[in-house]
Amino acid sequence: MESVIEIAHLKKSFGSNEVLKDINLKIEKGENLVVFGKSGSGKSVLIKCLVGLIDPNGGEITVLGKNLNEVKGKALNELRKKIGFLFQSGALYDSMTVRENLEFPLRDLSKPKEETDALVLEALQNVGLEEAIDKMPSELSGGMRKRIGLARTLILKPEIILYDEPTTGLDPITSKEISELILAVQKKYNTASIIITHDVECARLTANRMMILKNGTAAAEGTFTELSQSNDNEIRAYFQ
Amino acid sequence: MISSLKIFFEEAGTLTHFTLRFFKELFIPRYEFKEFIKQAYLIGYKSFPLIAVTGFIMGLVLTIQSRPTLMDFGAESWLPAMVAVSIVREIGPVITALIFAGKVGSGIGAELASMKVNEQIDAMEVAGNNPFKFLVVTRIAAATLMLPILVIVADAIALYGSYIGCNLQGDVSFPLFFLQVIEKLSFADIFPAIIKTFFFGFAVALIGCYKGYYAKNGTQGVGEAANSAVVYSSLAVFIIDMMAVQITNLL
Repeated sequence: MESVIEIAHLKKSFGSNEVLKDINLKIEKGENLVVFGKSGSGKSVLIKCLVGLIDPNGGEITVLGKNLNEVKGKALNELRKKIGFLFQSGALYDSMTVRENLEFPLRDLSKPKEETDALVLEALQNVGLEEAIDKMPSELSGGMRKRIGLARTLILKPEIILYDEPTTGLDPITSKEISELILAVQKKYNTASIIITHDVECARLTANRMMILKNGTAAAEGTFTELSQSNDNEIRAYFQ
Repeated sequence: MISSLKIFFEEAGTLTHFTLRFFKELFIPRYEFKEFIKQAYLIGYKSFPLIAVTGFIMGLVLTIQSRPTLMDFGAESWLPAMVAVSIVREIGPVITALIFAGKVGSGIGAELASMKVNEQIDAMEVAGNNPFKFLVVTRIAAATLMLPILVIVADAIALYGSYIGCNLQGDVSFPLFFLQVIEKLSFADIFPAIIKTFFFGFAVALIGCYKGYYAKNGTQGVGEAANSAVVYSSLAVFIIDMMAVQITNLL
């Protein structure tokens, strides 16, 4: 299988607080990796390092064959267009309509208007929210904001998607819908994903493989069934 | 003491880097014309009512307050010229810039800080777009070009306010008032006063953008960014004005 993300000996500290100590990880094309861990265990820091939002203190990150330490400026932006990032809050641009939010990532590509409109419509169809096209973010519910955030992520047809707590703050029914959407995206576009979550049901539905982050290192790795039935009480506690 | 100095030099270094990045990004395509026009509308046109009211009151009050002193010296006829020189050279640009700092500087600081803490700036960055060019360059360029226009309009409205002030307790025709103003105003009064407003506009937007772009600590950071943007940009207006006066006197 082809690896799309390779992380070797990744380290990150904030002052004296060592958040990531020695992370080693490989993610295959089309694979969903779910990362569990306590709040403050460095899960979000890990995925922010993968898109260059946070600079690590040590180690190597290779994304789609490119070493992040060597990719800067325009080349980094080109690489970022192949990586989608769904923020916990959705991070929709408040001053823009849903249509403008979705058009924004396409602005550097100078596509004709008809093509842009078609891409916007396809992205909204993927998340089942075509009717929200002219709404402002303030008019959307939490679940809708997440879906529009995902639509904005999908519009560039990324090869990798990083989900930062996609179901946090949502009711169980909407959480399940978002989890099913993550699965549908994986099947339709064959994307590799890292899903940061505390939601056991989301992990059960979406994970091909799981990792548990503890004290800045990978405490356990395996499938959902393997980890949820682990002999280690501490590992099992994440699934209760 | 040493840690305060360290923080000061770190802040100065970051601000210098931020300023240099503005000039670099300003000249490199792609140019965000649509966003620039939108910001020019929001920063310039939307500030007009506030600037107009302030300008009118400024001219009216200065005229009413100056009249008794000039009457004591029997120089009442100098009232239009004296008020015009005061407004055009100093009061118009500085008061307008301070009002501008209060409205535009705080607005930019709060908006960008809110975008920062809600991860909207990060979202632009990870989508491979350039948030600095879209958010910062357009706002600084718009404010730099809009403030001089607002100052010219505010000066004109202030002079009309002064004409009304002259007629509240006296009687002067508009042609006579206008003639006295034009006769006493020289190119050396108008030109340096307008030039310095470009720097005022630049400083106000630069500080607003800087404070917003590097906001921290969640919603508390939004308030801090808006507050410090107004305080520091108002201070910057006075410092630039002091330097401009010294340079003008040398020329």
